[in-house]
Amino acid sequence: MKTTLSINGKPYAVQVPKDMPLLWTIRDIVGLTGTKFGCGVSQCGACSVLIDGNLTKSCGIPVAAAVGKEIFTIEGSSENLEFLRQAWNDGNVPQCGYCQSGQLIAATSLLDATANPTDKEIDNVMSANICRCGTYTRIKKAIHKAVALKNETV
Amino acid sequence: MSKIQKIDRRDFVKLFGLASGGILLGCTATTVEKKFKPAIDQDYFAPNLFVHLEKNGNVTLIASRSEMGQGIRTSLASAIADELEADWQYVSVKQAIGHEKYGNQNTDGSRSVRTKLAPMRRMGAAAKRMLITAAAKKWNVAETACKAENHHIINKNTNEKIFFGDLVEAASQDEVPAEETIQLKKVEDFKFIGKTLKSVDLDDFTHGTATYGIDVRIPNMKFAAIARCPVTFGTVKSFKKDKAAKVAGVEAIYEMPRLIPPTGKFFGMLGGVAVIANNTWAAFQGKLALAIEWDKGENASFDTEAFKKTLTERVHKTGKLVPGSRGNVTTAFNAAEKTVAATYHVPFLVHAPMEVPNATAWFQGDKIEVWAPVQDPQTARSELAHFFEIPIEHIIVNVPFLGGGFGRKSKSDFVVEAVAISKKINAPVQVVWTREDDVQHSFYHATSAQYLKGGLDSSGKVTGWLQRVGFPSIVSSFKPLSDYASGFELGQGFINNPYDLENFRLESVKAEANLRIGWLRSVVHIHSGFGINSFVDELAFAAQKDPVQFRLELIGKDRILTGKSEFPFNSKRFKNVLTATAKMANWGVKPTKNHGFGVAIHYSFYSYVATIVEVSVVDKKVKVENIWTTIDCGLALNKDNIKNQLEGAAIFGMSLALYGKISTKNGAVEQHNFFDYQMTRMKDAPKIHIHIVDAMKEPPTGVGEPGVPVMAPAICNAIFNATGERVRSLPLADLGMV
Ligand code: FES
Ligand code: FES
Repeated sequence: MKTTLSINGKPYAVQVPKDMPLLWTIRDIVGLTGTKFGCGVSQCGACSVLIDGNLTKSCGIPVAAAVGKEIFTIEGSSENLEFLRQAWNDGNVPQCGYCQSGQLIAATSLLDATANPTDKEIDNVMSANICRCGTYTRIKKAIHKAVALKNETV
Repeated sequence: MSKIQKIDRRDFVKLFGLASGGILLGCTATTVEKKFKPAIDQDYFAPNLFVHLEKNGNVTLIASRSEMGQGIRTSLASAIADELEADWQYVSVKQAIGHEKYGNQNTDGSRSVRTKLAPMRRMGAAAKRMLITAAAKKWNVAETACKAENHHIINKNTNEKIFFGDLVEAASQDEVPAEETIQLKKVEDFKFIGKTLKSVDLDDFTHGTATYGIDVRIPNMKFAAIARCPVTFGTVKSFKKDKAAKVAGVEAIYEMPRLIPPTGKFFGMLGGVAVIANNTWAAFQGKLALAIEWDKGENASFDTEAFKKTLTERVHKTGKLVPGSRGNVTTAFNAAEKTVAATYHVPFLVHAPMEVPNATAWFQGDKIEVWAPVQDPQTARSELAHFFEIPIEHIIVNVPFLGGGFGRKSKSDFVVEAVAISKKINAPVQVVWTREDDVQHSFYHATSAQYLKGGLDSSGKVTGWLQRVGFPSIVSSFKPLSDYASGFELGQGFINNPYDLENFRLESVKAEANLRIGWLRSVVHIHSGFGINSFVDELAFAAQKDPVQFRLELIGKDRILTGKSEFPFNSKRFKNVLTATAKMANWGVKPTKNHGFGVAIHYSFYSYVATIVEVSVVDKKVKVENIWTTIDCGLALNKDNIKNQLEGAAIFGMSLALYGKISTKNGAVEQHNFFDYQMTRMKDAPKIHIHIVDAMKEPPTGVGEPGVPVMAPAICNAIFNATGERVRSLPLADLGMV
């Protein structure tokens, strides 16, 4: 399949089998390696991206399903993602850092949908993402912090 | 510790490929090897710690560590920055490659901070002295009239100041000050050490720009996946590749023979059938399309359920006496008012770091270059020299970021695989393990059985302690037929049982290995911590004593066990972490309905840890509600990092207590991926409260591992407190409790 993908607002021409998971197209063909492989079976969230704003595990969908849509990865930037980045920084969240691309994308989608999420709402969305280093306490705190940072600036 | 040396410009280029000038200091931190580790071919006596000062003021610590999430780079940088009086924003860290010039780079055993703090500080102090000397010359004043502050040298008389960078040129002409003239700061003057510092890598982590092993890209590289025999050390009998060859993107398929390591060192590789493709997914698909007939070999009947029974029978009979036992337990038991006995089990476990094992290699005839997330690049290098017969100085191992290691990535089998394939296809290649490969072909944390028996007198004092243990030894991975636990393994919490026991007997029973065995975060302490803490709780209950009070009595009077260690065990510090945790957790308050509290304490990697856990148990389902942990790890280099480590250790220990289990049938591992080898997720994560003891005058000790061994026993003791039911066999999932 010869097609063009739109990732973070930029077009990328690719030639791939149409059933190749979006994850591997992004990593190996397009060459953006911020999106991570953790399990390949939609269990860990390391490969999370947004497709037309919807939180998606890129290992679990074929590239063909993303054609004509806007793909957003950790290499991108959005208002909520920037507040989250700052909060991640302030809270010194990462350990090995490997899962954090996926965590930040998932958190971005959470804040895009819910301006001020409760602990429970955070748990619901973020429990799809595994952090083997165990940074959950900090992630949760940082999400609240991002909301606070955003409220301060308006 | 060796002298601090100035590295000249030529060596500088050779070492780092950098043409830039400035000052480069290097020194060697020697480490006393405390833990079994495969032998490495050569001795090295070359600097392994470097600090580089540039004219623009940048201070770069060239770290001889593999980053694996311990934030160790940040901690070591803080030591330099402190003594140098640097401005934190000029400080950065560069990763060293696996070259013998960088000394021992192994990141196991929580050893890094312990051995490198002092040399780091001295280098910072030496660099500061050189800058002061240069400034004093310039101003024509005595050195004592100058001081360093916030990246400047200040003339105390005139308050003039010069930026560090502007002094680099002049200072680089000077000799390194004599060792005995280097003065270190006082603990109370630390600005960075012991303070909360942000990781130096944060921006890369939050933008997806940190290059992990799996992100390495070399022009024209291929991607490879390997089908390995489901049974350990099984071999390929025959295989059909037509279907796999038809997968779009697959370019080649080869059989790879197993590489057996020489006795006593290295890891070799399992072998199998390799599928080489132009992208990772094609390689994975090709691998799935292979039809392989295996010769399953001698481990084909290994069944973990049966092995558990065998080990249990063995620990119920007399075993081999371990030297260091003392007194006479038989007499003690005969005279006891009461005896208590129990048997405990821990299953095989796997590390499952978020980033799967992977390596990129380029075999170029007379040299090898590798990019791999390894915890021990030196061993990887020696191993490659051995198997591929290339002189070690022609082998470069670059260490990118590690997406977690936990011990898995100190075994370099995946590096050997990448080099073997690169040699075969004559091109750079990245070998990527699937998660299923990782779960099914690891170097597993061993399973164990333990039998404990204790005697109590009428006052509830422990008069005798018998412990029999059996677990496949890590040594079996280096020396076949190592069927008993080795001395270094029994030294992890068993023979050095920290309690004041007059009659103490430790026995070891046979436990053969039918899987590859390796070390996993906190290693054998997982067994000793679980067995001893669970059993002490049973004794306390039998003695009708409060579990915290009972432990304090059992630790006994204040004493320091000197022995040969540079970090003698201090019973006072052990009691102190327990009391501090009890206070923090409000120990003694009656738990609410369905809730229970449990405690565990453990001494490992020279650090003292106590944990109290609160669980709730409703309809037999356990939820961990709160975890309170206190650590005394001596000088706390970077408090926030230590806190992060302990929070992580709590989650890691919880995962193993609740879900961790690798089982085999007919020699093959039954688990596949995160759906059947589960991890704690955010919704199950408890509230975690960490306290770090202020012991700034003690030498720094381990922080990455000591938080793990207490978790499982504290959880199980809390379950007992809530329900009256003892969990003696992990994980809880097996008992339907999660
Ligand atoms: S890699 Fe996609 S969810 Fe794990
Ligand atoms: S920070 Fe290492 S897996 Fe999350």
